[in-house]
Amino acid sequence: MMQVNETLTLENQLEKIGALQHQGYRFVTMTVVDKGEEFDIFYHFDLEYELHTCKLELKKGDPLPSISGVCFPAVVVENEIQDLFGITVTGLVIDYEKHFILAPDAPAQPFCRVPGVGVTAVARDANGNLTAPAVPQEKEGEK
Amino acid sequence: MSMLVPFGPQHPVLPEPLQLRLELNDEKVVSAVPVVGYVHRGLEKLAEQKDFVQDTFLIERVCGICSFMHSMAYSMGIEELMNIEVPDRARYLRVIWAELHRMHSHLLALGLLADAFGFENLFYNIWKIREEIMDAMECTTGARVMLGTCCIGGVRKDISPEQAKFVLEKLANFEKMFKRSSEVLMGDYSVKERLAGVGIIDGKKAYEMGAVGPTLRGSGIAKDHRMTGYAAYGELGFEPVVETDGDCYSRTMVRIRELYQSMNLVREALAKLPAGDLKTPFKGNPAGEAAVRVEQPRGEVLYYLRGNGTDKLDRLRIRTPTFANIAPLLTMLVGCNLPDVAVIILSIDPCISCTER
Repeated sequence: MMQVNETLTLENQLEKIGALQHQGYRFVTMTVVDKGEEFDIFYHFDLEYELHTCKLELKKGDPLPSISGVCFPAVVVENEIQDLFGITVTGLVIDYEKHFILAPDAPAQPFCRVPGVGVTAVARDANGNLTAPAVPQEKEGEK
Repeated sequence: MSMLVPFGPQHPVLPEPLQLRLELNDEKVVSAVPVVGYVHRGLEKLAEQKDFVQDTFLIERVCGICSFMHSMAYSMGIEELMNIEVPDRARYLRVIWAELHRMHSHLLALGLLADAFGFENLFYNIWKIREEIMDAMECTTGARVMLGTCCIGGVRKDISPEQAKFVLEKLANFEKMFKRSSEVLMGDYSVKERLAGVGIIDGKKAYEMGAVGPTLRGSGIAKDHRMTGYAAYGELGFEPVVETDGDCYSRTMVRIRELYQSMNLVREALAKLPAGDLKTPFKGNPAGEAAVRVEQPRGEVLYYLRGNGTDKLDRLRIRTPTFANIAPLLTMLVGCNLPDVAVIILSIDPCISCTER
């Protein structure tokens, strides 16, 4: 199982990431998970084959300060995050303005969750039998 | 006076679409900015729509070259989430197919590199040798590229003694045929002229920029995720291949030496192949978070998986090696001459379909 080694805030994010690099950790990548009201932003670093993960919770609509100033390799993934999740990343060393991996006519923020859209997940019990859908279905007549 | 030159996305030496916007001062590169997005497929999002067992097949299609290693990394992630122990025989079979994939990938890259510096005869010859490895994969799995043999809990197919004998014959053919080509790659004057001292990145810079695979090991950093001993690597006496000059020649040498190393790993794994089951049955759905790393031909791939106890994953994230090697590539290009740009790009063995997923 993945361990979250540190929790970051918007205030201490740059300072803590700078400190990690000082200790010899090198940047691996970032992961964004859409939780509905907010995003989980994971910063993955590596030292001697051990993964060190920092987590930052970001409210939807809030801008995310770029770490590319202190950690240049992050510029690529931060631009991708802008495209796929619609998060505005401020202070990018190279800013593709939300057209890094997406074409100009592509759907906006395609990786964000849209309630009611997509295939419904199902749950299985310990014997592998289908149980009730994990995501509540819309009731008849409801929009 | 500087000028802007678009290099790609369609270029004779680029097998996949990638553009570099090069700022040139005469013939010297002042800066390079990558432009991607020509083959983005949204596979991470699609994986959230399929159930986690179907995803094994989907994930294999992230890349047409190191497909087996993608499905292996994904399966290892699910196995970690569901606490599934893979049988010994399956761990060894995974190593065999992963190393065969590394061999065909490195041969493909070396052939393309030879084509990039204008040595067409060498290109044809290396790709002809690659067919020996493709035959070994086809014999053992029924497929040349999308093997479809890795599954959650183990592997779907076995290798019979007759098939093992065929693979060993193919490896012997490879060794004999590649000896001559590797001598040319390592010693030919014109090859050295195009590769040595070109696209240099030192170890410290490569490490800081997040380089992985032969791009990092060609700069003297002995980092290879197989050292962690996943699958059966911990039982096969593995040591990373390292070269120190940090140029295109060093990165090529790493691949050549890794080809012989992979050949030996396959031979050793076949010799030590334990008897037993091919897979462990499982029930239920994955829950929790896992981050798994596997060493692919181009370097380390990271899979992040978040399960929610249902048959659909909440999130699947893939950081491919070429994605990590973009920043080091930009560093290598600064100060080089325009005719060397193609050779430098191919020296990191870029895979754009992997990068964009």
